[in-house]
Amino acid sequence: MAAPLVEITDAGLYCPVGDFHIDPWKPVGRAVITHAHADHARPGCGSYLAAAPGRRLLDVRLGSPNLTPLAYGETVVRNGVSVSLHPAGHVLGSAQVRLEHRGEIWVVSGDYKLEADPTCTPFEPVRCHTFITESTFGLPVYRWDAPADLFAEVNSWWRANRDAGLASVIFAYSLGKAQRVLAGVDATIGPIFTHGAVERITQAYRESGIELPPTTAVGESVRGGKKAWAGALVIAPPSADGSPWAKKFEPASGAMASGWMRVRGARRRRALDRGFVLSDHADWPGLLTAIRETCATRVLATHGFAAVLARWLRDHGTDADVIATRFGDEDETQAPEEPPT
Amino acid sequence: MKAFAQLYAELDQTTRTGRKVEAMARYFAAVPPADAAWAVYFLSGRKPRQAVPAKRLKAWAWEQAGIPEWLFGECYHAVGDVAETLALLLPDGGTASDRTLAEWVHDRLLPLRELSEAEQKASVLAAWAELDRPQRFVWNKLITGAFRVGVSQLLVTRAIAKVSGLDGDVVAHRLMGHWEPTPAFYAGVTAADAADAALSRPYPFFLAHPLEGDPAALGPPAEWQAEWKWDGIRSQVVRRGGQSFIWSRGEELVTDRYPELKAMADRLPDGTVLDGEILPWKDGAVQPFADLQKRIGRKTVGKKLLADVPVVVMAYDLVEGGGVDLRDRPLSERREMLEVLAADHPALVLSPRIAFDTWESLARQRAASRERRVEGMMLKRRASPYRVGRVRGDWWKWKVEPYAVDAVLIYAQQGHGKRSGLFTDYTFGVWDGDQLVPFAKAYSGLTDVEIGEVDAFVRRNTREKFGPVRTVKPELVFELGFEGIQASSRHKSGVAVRFPRMLRWRTDKKPEDADTLEQVKALLAQGVG
Ligand SMILES: [Zn+2]
Ligand SMILES: [Zn+2]
Repeated sequence: MAAPLVEITDAGLYCPVGDFHIDPWKPVGRAVITHAHADHARPGCGSYLAAAPGRRLLDVRLGSPNLTPLAYGETVVRNGVSVSLHPAGHVLGSAQVRLEHRGEIWVVSGDYKLEADPTCTPFEPVRCHTFITESTFGLPVYRWDAPADLFAEVNSWWRANRDAGLASVIFAYSLGKAQRVLAGVDATIGPIFTHGAVERITQAYRESGIELPPTTAVGESVRGGKKAWAGALVIAPPSADGSPWAKKFEPASGAMASGWMRVRGARRRRALDRGFVLSDHADWPGLLTAIRETCATRVLATHGFAAVLARWLRDHGTDADVIATRFGDEDETQAPEEPPT
Repeated sequence: MKAFAQLYAELDQTTRTGRKVEAMARYFAAVPPADAAWAVYFLSGRKPRQAVPAKRLKAWAWEQAGIPEWLFGECYHAVGDVAETLALLLPDGGTASDRTLAEWVHDRLLPLRELSEAEQKASVLAAWAELDRPQRFVWNKLITGAFRVGVSQLLVTRAIAKVSGLDGDVVAHRLMGHWEPTPAFYAGVTAADAADAALSRPYPFFLAHPLEGDPAALGPPAEWQAEWKWDGIRSQVVRRGGQSFIWSRGEELVTDRYPELKAMADRLPDGTVLDGEILPWKDGAVQPFADLQKRIGRKTVGKKLLADVPVVVMAYDLVEGGGVDLRDRPLSERREMLEVLAADHPALVLSPRIAFDTWESLARQRAASRERRVEGMMLKRRASPYRVGRVRGDWWKWKVEPYAVDAVLIYAQQGHGKRSGLFTDYTFGVWDGDQLVPFAKAYSGLTDVEIGEVDAFVRRNTREKFGPVRTVKPELVFELGFEGIQASSRHKSGVAVRFPRMLRWRTDKKPEDADTLEQVKALLAQGVG
């Protein structure tokens, strides 16, 4: 068998023939980046290659790095390895990395989801021999409802709170999830306020050409009086839950938007009023569909319930294994992640 | 069923008691009495016996979901709840059922137990097909006998009081004891006429609050009565209409389990209700709680056990006398009547009052609690009525400090339910030479933030895995508190502790600073079981 096209090194996923890393967790010379989440895009590399729609986000996140933007589907050649990026449907500019060398094709999925999301280009399956897939929600208990049903729930929660004179505070990761919430809710219900971290990224989304309803940032010092927040929707990162900043919206109903909210234990642990099952990762059927559509003969699972997914695939006749990476789950909270090995 | 599943979701979604009461009140107001009766039954923690063994349900669910057993195990591990795991795994397809809760219970739940396995399977699969995901979850909870949602009988009482316009005490009284969840029962609970207390019914227990600070803050000692805090089973002895009833605080009728208590009660005058503590008692002295555990849960008791572990009720209050509800009278008056009653009934053991003039003298006496095999003291305001539930201000429990030992975290396991997915269940070791021997398990006592930090530590420092148990690098030191300690041949350490919990994370200590087994065993000598 030929040397693998991608292997794991101290610094992360590495393509030895092309001499570049994919989403390295240490500074390296040349990095290909799947998306702007902090566990995938780290500062300090000599050069970056990433999908063009995520350019602005990476500028904000990494402070104007030495970045070559690549259109989805466009190919560059590095030491004889053809590299192209394909939509992953995870967040704005998220990409799967396709590598081809002497007829051998590998795809590194990065994070992905199959559900429709107006804030990014939808996932496209890419045929390959070896597929390195994420598996954040690689258990059959994780199945998502249709986004339309989910947002109907969010809207009715917001509306009921508004009618009861409460603010609706929703905790959602500031890159991707927050904008998906913004794009999904019915903005005619009331005004929308954002935490500074959310506003910064939302601004970058708008500058990237994504249309989102108007928002007002609430700084540390802004005081609106009790009346100002009643009926409003407030979008904040999960880290703001329980902070003095979040307290000023009282009386309020608090909610969390995350795939982990599928399980009651995770919902109850946050001690919030609601948990909306909204994820930027593929659910179990989504993972299986995506894997099937690659027609890959070999699958390497990482980033989540990798061992479970790999075992299921092996039991169903696909050569599958676990590849240990340090991708945490930057965009979903409280993950029961596999211990690093 | 739709309304009940909706109620369950509402109760589950909010952490605020006010909203829970409102949600229940809305439900009671909207559903027929037959449904309300069953809802009260389930919500107040009463459960039908398990209708179908969980093992069968799991096997049927694997089959339906098309997954193997190992994968179900992985899912269960992440979810931490069988009923919920089943509901999440079953294929979609059910639509919300319009049939009422009472119909589901009568037509489907209650007959299940009597069916053959094949008939059970057909019935359960049909139910799953009819119900949507939230309903299935509640249904699974009901048929596995594991129905539990974060409300207490007190909250249910408040909700019924709210919809019926009755006094909370009246509702609480009507909900005590034995009853069948029928429409007639629910009508009785909400009926305007309150003179209906069934013969057997105990009164809702008045519960004490822990006293955290200095008792001097309670005011002049003369206004207070002090007693030992006995470590047994809180109970009420009811004598009415020529019959005796022994109730435990879980509102269970336990008369048959304690024949010697029934014999004592049979000699009490009609219209008497005592409040007290069931204690193992021999030669005029209380015995270790572990002895009492041999009697708990035994529906019938043999001669040998009766002789080995005789029990008494240590009476401390008279709630009803001469057929009159005495709860509004001051404690001092009730106590006097109790003492008069005890004088005529030698089998009735009276909880002694502790004499004291100053809080300092009381504190000195309290220091001897352990030698007396009590947990500390009870402080009761002499003017206090016998209230309902846990009301602050009149009754305080002033416990002795628990034993404390510094121990090292050696094993960790993921929690279930609310804490699923986090490493929250720990085993701690103390030094025996250069070895750490496991000596206690503890789950509670840390803040959420600390739990998160320990969880992260466990993930980074796992040395080995045995099934769900991780062996972790011995590095973190915790101060563990426990209520009692006994020699035990079943434990590797040779000791067993009661109610262990984490008092503090000793980030200032290194593992080598932790206590030794020798030091722990020295506590045995101070001796409380
Ligand atoms: Zn991501
Ligand atoms: Zn990620």
